[in-house]
Amino acid sequence: MLPDAFLPNASLPNAFADDLPPALRQLLARNAPADPQPMSRRRFLKLTSLGGLALGAFPLIAGAQDTAGAAAALKPTQQPAAFLHIAPDGVVTVAINRLEFGQGVQTALPMILAEELDADWSKVQTRFGDSSPAYADPAVGIHLTGGSNSIHNSFMQYRELGARARAMLLAAAAEHWQVNVISLSTENGAVVRADGLRLGYGELADAAMAQPVPEQVRLKDAKDFRLIGQPTRRLDAQAKSSGQQAFGLDVRLPGQLTALIAHPPVFGARLAALDDTAARAVRGVKAVLRVPVAHGGEGVAVVAEGYWPAQVGREALKLQWDTAAVEKVDSTRQLAHYRELANRPGPRHFDADMAPLKTAPKRIEAEFVFPYLAHAPMEPLNCTVRIGAEGAELWLGTQLPGVDGQAAARVLGLKPEQVKVHVQMAGGGFGRRAVPSSDYVVEACEVARAARAAGLAAPVQLVWSREDDIRGGYYRPMHLHRARIGFDDAGRVLAWDHVLVGQSIAAGTPFEGGMIKNGVDATAVEGMLAPYPFPMRLTVHHPKLNVPVLWWRSVGSTHTAFVMETLVDEIARSTQQDPVAYRMALFGDQHPRHRAALQLAVDRSGYGQRTLPAGHAWGVAVHESFRSVVAYVVEASIEQGQPVLHRVTAGVHCNLAVNPLGVEAQVEGAAIMGLSMCLPGAAITFKDGEVEQRNFDAFAIPRIGDTPAFDVHIVPSAEPPTGMGEPGLPPLAPAFANALARLTGKPIRTLPFERA
Amino acid sequence: MTKLNINGRERTVDADPDTPLLWALRDNLGLTGTKFGCGIALCGTCTVLMDGRPIRACTTPISALEGSRITTIEAATADGDAVGAAVQAAWIRHDVAQCGYCQSGQIMSAIALLKSVPRGSTPSAADIDAAMAGNLCRCGTYARIRAAVADAARALA
Repeated sequence: MLPDAFLPNASLPNAFADDLPPALRQLLARNAPADPQPMSRRRFLKLTSLGGLALGAFPLIAGAQDTAGAAAALKPTQQPAAFLHIAPDGVVTVAINRLEFGQGVQTALPMILAEELDADWSKVQTRFGDSSPAYADPAVGIHLTGGSNSIHNSFMQYRELGARARAMLLAAAAEHWQVNVISLSTENGAVVRADGLRLGYGELADAAMAQPVPEQVRLKDAKDFRLIGQPTRRLDAQAKSSGQQAFGLDVRLPGQLTALIAHPPVFGARLAALDDTAARAVRGVKAVLRVPVAHGGEGVAVVAEGYWPAQVGREALKLQWDTAAVEKVDSTRQLAHYRELANRPGPRHFDADMAPLKTAPKRIEAEFVFPYLAHAPMEPLNCTVRIGAEGAELWLGTQLPGVDGQAAARVLGLKPEQVKVHVQMAGGGFGRRAVPSSDYVVEACEVARAARAAGLAAPVQLVWSREDDIRGGYYRPMHLHRARIGFDDAGRVLAWDHVLVGQSIAAGTPFEGGMIKNGVDATAVEGMLAPYPFPMRLTVHHPKLNVPVLWWRSVGSTHTAFVMETLVDEIARSTQQDPVAYRMALFGDQHPRHRAALQLAVDRSGYGQRTLPAGHAWGVAVHESFRSVVAYVVEASIEQGQPVLHRVTAGVHCNLAVNPLGVEAQVEGAAIMGLSMCLPGAAITFKDGEVEQRNFDAFAIPRIGDTPAFDVHIVPSAEPPTGMGEPGLPPLAPAFANALARLTGKPIRTLPFERA
Repeated sequence: MTKLNINGRERTVDADPDTPLLWALRDNLGLTGTKFGCGIALCGTCTVLMDGRPIRACTTPISALEGSRITTIEAATADGDAVGAAVQAAWIRHDVAQCGYCQSGQIMSAIALLKSVPRGSTPSAADIDAAMAGNLCRCGTYARIRAAVADAARALA
């Protein structure tokens, strides 16, 4: 099966379209189709063909577009045909232009479309879009899921799609009844005539298909929303509570084989010697193949009839590695090196007069250390590849289907349009499925290619075991921060001299030119300073090391929020000011969303009103990331030397909350991931170039017993929604740390928290 | 050949006797509802029931299971199982799942807990945390898991 079209692209998962620097825009433009062709009827029909659904497909536009050109001005992302299917029984199928990996777009996006369509929500279902241009992010121009952009960038898009389809259904009904369309209305999946007579959308779908696609549509007034803003359960709740939900790892193609790769112990190392006699003798092992692996290294793939023989075969390999040519990172030496770097001059991101540091009545000098972190999504990384006579197909849960498809084409010697990417439901990702180098996708293609060359023309599913995942690279970078702050007795900051040391995520990727300005990677410094009006000098160092780094849910704010919010709290404490009042004064009138979020969390938590049990303390933090603001007021204590987080009250400002239930879930989940940075075991460390952790024993994540009680509140707003996949993460760790500092009098400068 | 009783059916698996149940289920029997998370019994994602008790399928060889009754997520509510039905209903009511990948294992652990509770009583919050302690969730759905288990327990009491 050959794809109709493919969107070649590069991507930028963690920036907003309108923030894209010109260089990156050029890069994207270079890779984008020069002039998107209007869809042919054949192509249109393919886009709308949905397996298992009845004929009489809604829409729609092919004829109109081919002839009248009424919709010619509409881009593929604006054509209802690619997004909507209404079956004769009234079931509405909405295409999702993103990866669903827990964040809830598979529910929120159809809510938005169904709102303007006036659909019957009980009849709405979904499917995932593929690598066709229709499913590109309308603002960024490529198919991507990241940067908490999905709802923010597709809110108007999905509203307009729904409104266009509704207009066509109305026009079809007007024609059928021979009445003026003005006299008709819609309600819950039906067109209603003035006398109350109804025609269901399913009955009208065929006729609506013949209607032209309107360019201009009127959207609902927000006060008339009946779906948007309603707490709505996930559409996948049933499938995910019954074992029926299939993920990428559950893809089973006829004849499919499973591959595991023995990766080098140090990134980029080569194979010195291989004895695969025992591995080949394992029952079920079909091939042992030397393959190139990520980061310039070499590995050995064991291809077998199932995971278990592949694992037994991999364990039976006798391997010797040549690590002489690659840098062998050691975490202790690395920290010493970072400390030394922090003393040197470097590129400045902010600048200010630092003279007042010498004369300031009060000073804080602080050094913070943040380790590498693995994403560790519960579904191990995997990619299934089938090479056919005319092209290849990939099945995987990916945040960047276009980038991964392009990488596959390069490896397989195909044109990009000969590779089709089937986006699968993903069991988490947190950034790990948005890899500019497409590391595990490239490996899967290398294995499939080598297997084919060895006479195994079978689909291959490459699985990274949990050990591969924990040891295999792409971590949140390790960072060192150093701050020297001079302030007066009123807490007025006179000068703040700050140094940040950490690897650049963009360096060495196609985004280097666009994301790194004046030697500073934007993803490293996001979350520094704002919203505080401090005179800050920020010096940045981006050392290069043999450790692959990547965006990790909320990216730079994973460390910058901790630094800013614990230091602001410390200034408040050391000047005997209430940490809430101190922040509010600094926000002034300039940051109303910060104020509103914090005030809501304060009010609902009982902060300052309620007396806490002995040994408990309040902690506060507020942070904006990806355009949304989250404030936490937490209650914590220390039990038998261990920090315990009891309760989290959240104040959230994400403008209009499309699905408040989804926002709550994202805040709770992001807070737990924020908590994961604090608890023992939240560190990837290196010795002799090798990752010291292997699995969930040494790289630990929170368990149910670590979970606080949650209370999530959303500031009411009618403004266009901002994303919530990430913003709940950054303020959790500093709020927890601030509570502990209040108990012990000692500020916390290291994550994870050091054992008492 | 290993004979297994899976979800009330006799199944024959042609695999090495050391093969963990997880891979026999997923690769030999096509039952992919049971998930792979860590492979060494640290995350609970592969939890199934052996004669009603929760076990980690990723470290239990099929040779150890002859004569045992295995229940997987696919059959958790089969034959009108009141506990399985109550747990699944509570999971949906509380909108527990996010990515959903770990939830098969979470639900099997919850079912095992509630099947072990004497009729007429409900597990304490500490009982729930203890029973669910072996199941990891990277999305952080734990607060909803707690609420759903307690809710299901109340519905069954």
